[in-house]
Amino acid sequence: MANELKVPTMAELFAAGQKPEVLFWVGCAGSFDDRAKKITKAFVQLLNRAKVSFAVLGTEESCTGDPAKRSGNEFLFQMQAVTNIEVMNAYGINKIVTACPHCFNTIKNEYPGLGGHYEVVHHTQFLKTLFDDKRITLEGGQFKGKRITYHDPCYLGRANNVYEAPRDLIRKLDAELIEMKSCKEKGLCCGAGGAQMFKEPEKGDKDVNIERTEQAMETQPEIIAAGCPFCNTMMTDGVKNKEKEGAIAVMDIAELMASAGDL
Amino acid sequence: MEYLPNIIFLVVLIAGIGFFTKNVKRLSRNIKLGRDVDVSDNTSQRWKNMAKIALGQTKMVVRPIAGFLHIIVYVGFIIINIEVVEIILDGLLGTHRLFAPLGTVYDILIGSFEILAFLVIVAVTIFWVRRNIIRIKRFIKPEMTGWPKNDGNLILYIELVLMALFLTMNGADYQLQQMGAAHYTEAGMFPVSQFIAPLFDGMTMSSLITLERTTWWLHIIGILCFLNYLYYSKHLHILLAFPNTYYGKLAPKGQFKNLDAVTAEVKLMMDPSADPFAAPAEDEAAEPAKFGASDVMDLSWVQLLNSYTCTECGRCTDECPANQTGKKLSPRKIMMDTRDRLEEVGKNIDANKGQFVDDGKQLLDGYISREELWACTTCNACVQACPVSIDPLSIIMDMRQYLVMEESAAPTDLNNMMGNVENNGAPWPFNQMDRLNWAKEE
Ligand code: SF4
Ligand code: SF4
Repeated sequence: MANELKVPTMAELFAAGQKPEVLFWVGCAGSFDDRAKKITKAFVQLLNRAKVSFAVLGTEESCTGDPAKRSGNEFLFQMQAVTNIEVMNAYGINKIVTACPHCFNTIKNEYPGLGGHYEVVHHTQFLKTLFDDKRITLEGGQFKGKRITYHDPCYLGRANNVYEAPRDLIRKLDAELIEMKSCKEKGLCCGAGGAQMFKEPEKGDKDVNIERTEQAMETQPEIIAAGCPFCNTMMTDGVKNKEKEGAIAVMDIAELMASAGDL
Repeated sequence: MEYLPNIIFLVVLIAGIGFFTKNVKRLSRNIKLGRDVDVSDNTSQRWKNMAKIALGQTKMVVRPIAGFLHIIVYVGFIIINIEVVEIILDGLLGTHRLFAPLGTVYDILIGSFEILAFLVIVAVTIFWVRRNIIRIKRFIKPEMTGWPKNDGNLILYIELVLMALFLTMNGADYQLQQMGAAHYTEAGMFPVSQFIAPLFDGMTMSSLITLERTTWWLHIIGILCFLNYLYYSKHLHILLAFPNTYYGKLAPKGQFKNLDAVTAEVKLMMDPSADPFAAPAEDEAAEPAKFGASDVMDLSWVQLLNSYTCTECGRCTDECPANQTGKKLSPRKIMMDTRDRLEEVGKNIDANKGQFVDDGKQLLDGYISREELWACTTCNACVQACPVSIDPLSIIMDMRQYLVMEESAAPTDLNNMMGNVENNGAPWPFNQMDRLNWAKEE
């Protein structure tokens, strides 16, 4: 099979006496959620194509503790964090890339206080450097002129001020990037953060993801791009709710880049 | 008798400032009821933030109309205070337009005060229309009834009256100067009040003097009343915006603080060599009475300062996704509730000789409901929107911590999620051993 993924684990590399350039932190959604797994694979295809030496923790990875922390369970969060930090420190990990803004934020900002010091980048930032350094190039213009709107994940945007890397990547597709009325600093949440993903929303007039999907639809997009597996799920549900799944695709930036590169 | 006005002035001034000082003391006592927190880091960045955000109003202009109008009122307020210095000195010394010898400089000063006063009247009128005629959405939320609503309008009336008094006073003065009244030497430039002066045509010199004196006195008494009104009003932000922006959060917005007390326990639990029966570690000082916050004393003093600084502008609530979709949560209400409860606790302490006596109430449930707390997506939109660096989210998080760690009162779904994280290392009930399956699936 041409597209077989090469996914080395830290344990394998360690046994072979090697150390990868970067650890790919897959995250719970990326590991278990059927939709998010596609994002994970797309990103690995790009890493393989760019010949990046990377590894995953595989079965040694555990939840970062983000949903626990944001629910208010500091104990559970720190237990998770300390366990993960022990594993990563044992492997001497320096650099981490992840496709999940929640993992990104937690490891980058909250792990240092517990003894975990790493350089952490979001996959859109990492992909941008791969393109900038010409380690990977785009062929084919299947997105040329397509209307794409980008939804800022709260934990990437406002929480960490990463607004441009994902937009730069979309521009590389020669697509038409259209901003929603709330974007960047004012971007509207998809409704999943703060552990909302795992519970029923409180009573209100409508769900947050519906409101956000309506904002996205105002731009009349062909594609809604996201950089977070949770946003992806929420927006996909919103588009389904509006019965527009035939007309509007919800895609992660990694998926856009992988299909533009005919991977 | 000759010195009577000077003496009355002194008494009024001392009373006004004395009462204000008393309230400032109460304010700082209340704020210090909060837990201590170390904010001594990064002083240069903090000064910069204060200069940019409070002095430079950079976050106000994110909304251009309100921002522009606010800057007029703000500049007007600061500049007109220079005029107040003259008024106070005149009042104490019995002089009139003490700074007049500055000549042209004085003319320009008075002229610009007048133009600003006029612009303030315009701005205040537009503000009033926005609140009461256009009824901008964020000013008519459920928390904006009663005092908060009246407070918002009252300040507009006060400013309008103060500016009108100032211009009338100048108008009468201008007339008197033209008439060559003794004591009223020609000084100043009156680009606005010269148009008011004709209204006084035909008045006798003595009634003009009465008018000028009355407006002069009302103006300064009005200013002293305004000063003392601050404590009871959201307009405390005029003063507190400065310290508040100085102490505002510097870490990335997504970084929530790690509880030290928990770290100590977790380290102990994870350390295989630790003796489970050993005496608790020495750094027991880090151990709080309880985890998280259920009342204002459990919050940090910065969070309490935040609550007094809140201008009730509602920018936070306007951007809040939960609020936008009709949920009960309003970050502005979180701040107002915190302040109201803190005031209640303060009054309790005053009534009980400096000791807080349990009143059977607390911030949680008494003011802020659990439904509000659980509706938050921690998206940080409120924090981003606040023009004075308030962090409503931090209070929501501290209260969630209390609910979960002290009361085990999370919604069932979240308890399930936490159980999964604990047992399977993922928020869903999947086996950790299956984590890499995606790599082999087609
Ligand atoms: S962090 Fe919470 S309170 Fe603040 S805007 Fe987002 S949902 Fe609303
Ligand atoms: S917290 Fe900030 S944004 Fe919200 S009402 Fe108060 S001052 Fe305005």
